[in-house]
Amino acid sequence: MNSTLFWLGMAVALAAAVFSVVRVAALESRWGGLLTAGLFGVWVVLFWEVLVRALDVPRVLLPAPSLIVDAMVDHAPKLWGDFVQTVGKAVFIGWALGCGLGFVVAVAIDRMPFLQRGLLPVASLTSAIPLVGVAPIAVMWFGFEWQSKAAVVVLMTFFPMLVSTLAGLKAAGKLERELMYSFAASYWRTLVALRLPAALPFIFGALKVNATLALIGAIVAEFFGSPTRGLGFRISTEAARMNMPLVWGAIVVAAITGSVAYALLVQLERRAAFWHPSVREG
Amino acid sequence: MPKATAQHAHGWWAQRMQTAVHHGVPVAVVLLAVLLLWYGAAWMLNAPGAIERVLDADVGYTWQELFTATMSMERPLMPAPHQVVLDFWSSLTDWPVDSPRNLLYHVAVTGESTLLGFVMGTALGLVLSVLIVHSRTLDRALLPWIVASQTVPVLAIAPIVLVILGSLGFAGVAPKAVIAMYLCFFPVTVAMVQGLRSPQRIETEMMHTYAASRWQALWLLRLPAALPFLFPALRVGIAAGLVGAMVAELPTGAQAGLGAKLLTGSYYGQTVQIWSALVMSALLGLTLTAVVAGIERLVLRHRGGV
Repeated sequence: MNSTLFWLGMAVALAAAVFSVVRVAALESRWGGLLTAGLFGVWVVLFWEVLVRALDVPRVLLPAPSLIVDAMVDHAPKLWGDFVQTVGKAVFIGWALGCGLGFVVAVAIDRMPFLQRGLLPVASLTSAIPLVGVAPIAVMWFGFEWQSKAAVVVLMTFFPMLVSTLAGLKAAGKLERELMYSFAASYWRTLVALRLPAALPFIFGALKVNATLALIGAIVAEFFGSPTRGLGFRISTEAARMNMPLVWGAIVVAAITGSVAYALLVQLERRAAFWHPSVREG
Repeated sequence: MPKATAQHAHGWWAQRMQTAVHHGVPVAVVLLAVLLLWYGAAWMLNAPGAIERVLDADVGYTWQELFTATMSMERPLMPAPHQVVLDFWSSLTDWPVDSPRNLLYHVAVTGESTLLGFVMGTALGLVLSVLIVHSRTLDRALLPWIVASQTVPVLAIAPIVLVILGSLGFAGVAPKAVIAMYLCFFPVTVAMVQGLRSPQRIETEMMHTYAASRWQALWLLRLPAALPFLFPALRVGIAAGLVGAMVAELPTGAQAGLGAKLLTGSYYGQTVQIWSALVMSALLGLTLTAVVAGIERLVLRHRGGV
């Protein structure tokens, strides 16, 4: 009797969920899109919680959201240490170094078409190669600490930045370049005043892609060997101990880090390239 | 034989040759520089180990002896390119294809889960993108989450997927294919939604005046228009799927696959084997993307080019 009532209630709740999402999706307001996605997310989490509890799903398979939050609160100092280790050291330093190097090399070979023709095909091909595979070698060379993870991240982020910056430096229009020429502007003057600003959307595109790549690189590199902290270490060891709520907690930390980094970069791009059509329209 | 055609053909060949030289020579120079740097790095990185283990400091040694010692160490810090090539070649020729010592065996294992996951992920992405384009609710409720997932390291879920599928009794290729699948699925969905929406208003309105059904509009207009969006996503997807399949081989203590080969190599300090497994996975990645690019060319040419 009780279970019949429960399932009846679930059916009503499901109908209410579908109905509310469909109705909100039909709204024509400016925030309609965001509202729908948020409402959908809330319903998914609610059903996840209720169904996991009602059906007694083993914790190993799928822990309830409340358990994940509990685990995150209980192990907050541990997760903070993992965050500092992986994101603060490996990801951030590796990302900054890799992107910086890619940018510098691209600007350096800007005046050497021969090297560009040689490097560009090689650099583009690296996107097809599983570069994370160098992690065991990096661990062997730089040890278990964050340096080896940063090295993997540098390698993974370097090539996208190189390719994007080279493409961006070609983005300035012919008309504008001729204008600079008619002003008798020097090469560097043209670069700073015209071509680098025109390349900004490309550079920010690579920065955003690389932020995700860097997180993946550091976490996967920690699967190959790491000190006893770090998000990748936490995920792999706690998964081996079947302590799934904490694994999910570490993943939530990684997911939030990725989205926040992306949002920050978007904001930075708006400030830096406010004049660009792609920013003005959006 | 008309003379003009022959001359034309000759000119075509000359032009082909010229572009090949124009692009090939710089690439060759860059690759040669990488090779030289690699030898230099091998020399520098291995020298301390070689002095310690191979050469006798009391007797003294010439730099030629040091050089040859660094180039032929048992477990070098950085193997010289020819050592990697030799190990690579001997693994392919000295062992039968079904032996775990043969790299082709590991390629088959990893390639199987990559391809299976790629096909499933692409199918799922296609179905979902068609649904999203036709349903305002799905578009507003689901698409933002899929787009946002691009900023999240979804690969980190791999150990969870392995544990879940493992406790449900799935073993072997299935868990690895599932991980490859969800890595392929995200880029394909995002690109296909964009592609299916790329036809302009005037074109969709024309379909409307022909009284074309939704299916006809999808089949005749939207899908062909989406193809140029689909293929770049497929190239990204198959490369991501390969990474997923290799990472999926790590935590299970898998005995087979390129990822497992990398891990066992690092456990036992077999640096030369790590490097040849790396070269092999690079070749596999390049081959997979080249196949997708080849299909792209065939399809788009058949369609009359873009």
